[in-house]
Amino acid sequence: MNSDKITKAVLFSVSILILMLAAGMVYSLVGGAVPAFKAFGWQFIFSGEWNPTEGREEYGALPFIVGTLMTSFAALLLCLPLSFSTSLFLGEYFRGTRVARILGILVDLLAGIPSIVYGLWGFYVLRPALIELGFGGRGFGIFTASLILAIMIIPYATSLSNEIISMVPNDLKEAAYSLGATRLEVIATVTIPNARSGIVAGYILAFGRALGETMAVTMLVGNTNVVPSSFFDTGNTMASVIANQFGEADGLKLSSLIAIGLLLFLITGIINAVGKLIIKKMN
Amino acid sequence: MKVIVSFVLALVLFSACQNSSKKTNDSGNESVSLTAAGATFPLPYYNLVFKNYTKATDVLVTYGGIGSGGGIRSLKDKVVDFGATDAYLEDGKLGEMPGEVVHIPTCIGAVVIAYNLPGVDELKLSDQLLEKIFMGEITNWNDPALKANNPDVNFPDLEITFVHRSDGSGTTHIFSDYMSKVSQKWADAVGTGKSLKWPVGMGAKGNPGVAGTISQTEGSIGYIGSEFAFAQKIQTAKVQNSSGAYILPSIESISAAAQGEIPADTRVMLTNSSDPDSYPISGFTWIILYKDQSYDGRSKAQAQATVEFLDWLVGEEAQGQAARVNYAPLPQAAVQKAKAILRGVTYGGETLLK
Repeated sequence: MNSDKITKAVLFSVSILILMLAAGMVYSLVGGAVPAFKAFGWQFIFSGEWNPTEGREEYGALPFIVGTLMTSFAALLLCLPLSFSTSLFLGEYFRGTRVARILGILVDLLAGIPSIVYGLWGFYVLRPALIELGFGGRGFGIFTASLILAIMIIPYATSLSNEIISMVPNDLKEAAYSLGATRLEVIATVTIPNARSGIVAGYILAFGRALGETMAVTMLVGNTNVVPSSFFDTGNTMASVIANQFGEADGLKLSSLIAIGLLLFLITGIINAVGKLIIKKMN
Repeated sequence: MKVIVSFVLALVLFSACQNSSKKTNDSGNESVSLTAAGATFPLPYYNLVFKNYTKATDVLVTYGGIGSGGGIRSLKDKVVDFGATDAYLEDGKLGEMPGEVVHIPTCIGAVVIAYNLPGVDELKLSDQLLEKIFMGEITNWNDPALKANNPDVNFPDLEITFVHRSDGSGTTHIFSDYMSKVSQKWADAVGTGKSLKWPVGMGAKGNPGVAGTISQTEGSIGYIGSEFAFAQKIQTAKVQNSSGAYILPSIESISAAAQGEIPADTRVMLTNSSDPDSYPISGFTWIILYKDQSYDGRSKAQAQATVEFLDWLVGEEAQGQAARVNYAPLPQAAVQKAKAILRGVTYGGETLLK
């Protein structure tokens, strides 16, 4: 066998292995979730009742689905102005300068900070600051969790859009300048339209991160297993309830937690598919 | 789940083997090693005395703090020599086990009520007040009901924030068992369990999470495992016991909770004890093992080592260490019962301890 064939065989088997891992995960998630769906049917997704007391057991995933979507969407909205300005700053206005390089490194560094450290900072610094500013009495809740999530996903959104923005061909921009366009007009009519699919991809990646984030959210969201009534109410997310409860869970409760895991997997999948569709439409 | 538990235990065993091989080299004879897993509540106590036992006898005892549920599951899957749990197995659960299981109490702990009220050094809580606070009927510290019970305290106009555990826990089980005993309303609406549907409040993970949230939130109140609260010197409330006395949790008042009648199989919750000096939110923690030790090809030496170790664990030497890590030792009556149960443990019909 020549080296080309060997390489091909290795690459093929490794890819198959990854595929099998993903399939195995889905298989075990579905298998584990069956008892919960058997007991509650589709109502499991739409019920806001979460009662783990023995003899009165009833589980519904709605509080966690709502909590996850609320925190993630709010985080995306909060991160948007920050990361979008940063990526324009890095990829357009100050492209190639030392300031941009240093700032770029710092933004990437944000991605490397462990989740628990964000959680601690949120707990001891952000939360007291929010109480001081008069946001809710106790400082715990969906809003606080969204804020910390927004900070955590900034590097994911920024890095990708910044790369794409700096890759927009200079010829196009120069053509626009020669027609007398201002810098802002160039950004609005040339840079963003050319880079939009990459920018959207960056935000989808960031949103995916926000959906699955666990530790920092658990420390700030308040962990109440009811559908939150407002952004300043306490709530819980899918990843957070799994991390909190699976240790002592068995039987129907364990199955319900696995079912929530499966739903989280599906939601992430749907978000990704919708994102891909948007990108396709744009091109 | 089974796979994960066995994998973790395999890792524990692996590290255990590495240690024990060293030991064998020192002393020259082959040593038995015991594996156990379960409740995290008695973890500091087990860590201390298990290590001491290994030092004294060369029998290596490894314990994985994976939670009471995990301890029961591990025993059911027969991947441990014994399990540990904070809540005894009800008859229904006992029936699900593949063999007859016995309970050995090992020490007593409690659940304390911690609070954060600047300038308030002493807080007396009756069972009616506990019900009203934790059911969300009293929402402000300036409520007249609180003042009536604590006439010397100047309560601030401050919202009450109840902090409970967000994870499943034996601490929650003891707390809710007590609440169900003293409050019919609680029993009907919430009940007893390791995790609950809370009427009010917010959740934090683990004793450190609850304690941290309380210390950071003025006007908060919550419950914490005594072993953690004592070690961290957290300010606690006096709770009214069934004799009407307000008792501060301490090693002595927790120990007093076990002075009452204990059934022969030791499966009893010590909450709301009738002893006049007792702190009412106290409870045993148990080791669980199979009554007949000859299963899954276990050697007789392994079975012998298991019961000998447990006999030592309820004996004077180990119990004397309990207070060092903030647990109350077993009262004499409980020790007698535990020893009697261990003498009933057999290997193929033959008793192991004289």
